[in-house]
Amino acid sequence: MRRSRFPIVVTALVLGFLYLPILILVANSFNPARFSSRWEGFSLVWYARLFESPEIWQAVRTTLIIAVSATAVSVVLGTTAAYALHRFGASRLQRVHYTLIYQPLVVPEILMGISLLMAFVAAGVRLGLLTIFLAHVTFCVSYVAMTVLGRLQDFDFSVIEAARDLGATPWQSTRRVLLPMLMPGIVAGALLAFTLSVDDFVITFFVAGPGSTTLPLRIYSMIKYGAPPMINALSTLLLTVTLTAVLLSQRLARRSQ
Amino acid sequence: MKRRTEWLTSLPTLVWLSLFVVIPTLLVFAIAFRPATPYGGVGSGWTLETVRSLATPSYLAIAWRTLWMSLLTTALCLVLALPAGYTIARAAARWRNRLLMLVIIPFWTSFLVRVFAWKSLLHPEGPVKRALEALGLVGPGATLLYHPATVVLVMVYTFLPFTILPIYAAAEKFDFRLVEAARDLGARPFQSFRKVFLPGIRRGVVTAVLVVFIPALGSYIIPDLVGGPSGEMLGNKIAQRVFSDRNLPHASALSAVLVLAVLAPLIGVLALQKKGRKSDIVIGEAP
Repeated sequence: MRRSRFPIVVTALVLGFLYLPILILVANSFNPARFSSRWEGFSLVWYARLFESPEIWQAVRTTLIIAVSATAVSVVLGTTAAYALHRFGASRLQRVHYTLIYQPLVVPEILMGISLLMAFVAAGVRLGLLTIFLAHVTFCVSYVAMTVLGRLQDFDFSVIEAARDLGATPWQSTRRVLLPMLMPGIVAGALLAFTLSVDDFVITFFVAGPGSTTLPLRIYSMIKYGAPPMINALSTLLLTVTLTAVLLSQRLARRSQ
Repeated sequence: MKRRTEWLTSLPTLVWLSLFVVIPTLLVFAIAFRPATPYGGVGSGWTLETVRSLATPSYLAIAWRTLWMSLLTTALCLVLALPAGYTIARAAARWRNRLLMLVIIPFWTSFLVRVFAWKSLLHPEGPVKRALEALGLVGPGATLLYHPATVVLVMVYTFLPFTILPIYAAAEKFDFRLVEAARDLGARPFQSFRKVFLPGIRRGVVTAVLVVFIPALGSYIIPDLVGGPSGEMLGNKIAQRVFSDRNLPHASALSAVLVLAVLAPLIGVLALQKKGRKSDIVIGEAP
């Protein structure tokens, strides 16, 4: 019996559809032409322009400050939450806890952006780095908690009990046994949180103030108010960074198995 | 002791999410009933005026457009993701991981960059327009950007990986011998797909629909960058009320409508789940 070719053909088309726009964008970043329809030879002129632009570097700095701090806080909060969800999963409190953590994963970003904006306006908080940080922690916590929870599902708690029987204090058994065994999940969660924070536009757009322009906000205004060839170069650099990070994390994950 | 540990480990996130998710959401509903001040702030007292003004034809048109564009995007994503998820699940192990990786990589790349890639592809000076012109399919004056159809195309592009992953996850657990049995019993390929495979991966399909339809309803960047006035969605109206007119009560009222629109499919699925057997929704798993 012959299997239908149709699904394979569609899959090939889907992959072409997913990658073609990105590949054309990468190719165009090396094209010196102002409009991308004609190939005028290989050039790094847009990369040079990019490196000369102080706004870009300022935006990169802001983005990294927010991403690193939001990742750190959300990893601590998210891991603690995942532990509670797993250990006490059956209780009513944890059902409320789970619903709360799940909500940011389903609610469209624009709703989170606008509700946080309303809250900050109502509380009289000045919009800026602090409000972006608070917003980023809020959506990152859920992703970290879910990733670590996935890891906890395969965790055998009798190891902890064994450590306790052998005389370890609760703190010791957590630090020396639980955390090292959860580390791959925590690292994966941190990586996800960092990527989401670096990439976030919609929520940041709503809660940003003057002087807190992140890289996505900068890219957006470049798209909106025209500097296309430079965005091609910037996008290519971003793609290279994320691709390296993904491949690296895959390597790490494979080695730890 | 155990009770104390539970509270100690749950309290930090409970407090954080109450402060930054629950209270802000309630605030949105409250501010929708407040009057706006001329200076872009929120006045005191209560009014129904804002909520009433939502019933105007222009808003209804936007709401209707948001709904059909989201439905169309979901349908197109499913049509493409079903064969793709099927193929990946049936591929040899070596190929499966590579194909999966290829689907996941766009998920990690910047959302704005992917939308921008399409904006420059469809630009009047861009390659797609040139190609279509050379083939004689469009005239020199045609615009490919700023149509509702462009918005749907780019939404399908950005949401497709999220659709493929849950379908693949369900298809991977599916016993393909059932399809073979159906074929042996005389079913045609499409029949065995529709009557055996599709019901078998029902849970994956439900998840895929939710992870596309809900964010599609709240789309903002895509219609903003490639949509133009005729492709505007609810999200654009909310942003305009915040940034251009600075009318926060109006923005709140529109957001409240969006919250209700998002809750409807979720509650629908939960109700179906209660009725049927237990079937948990799996949001696209983190790689």
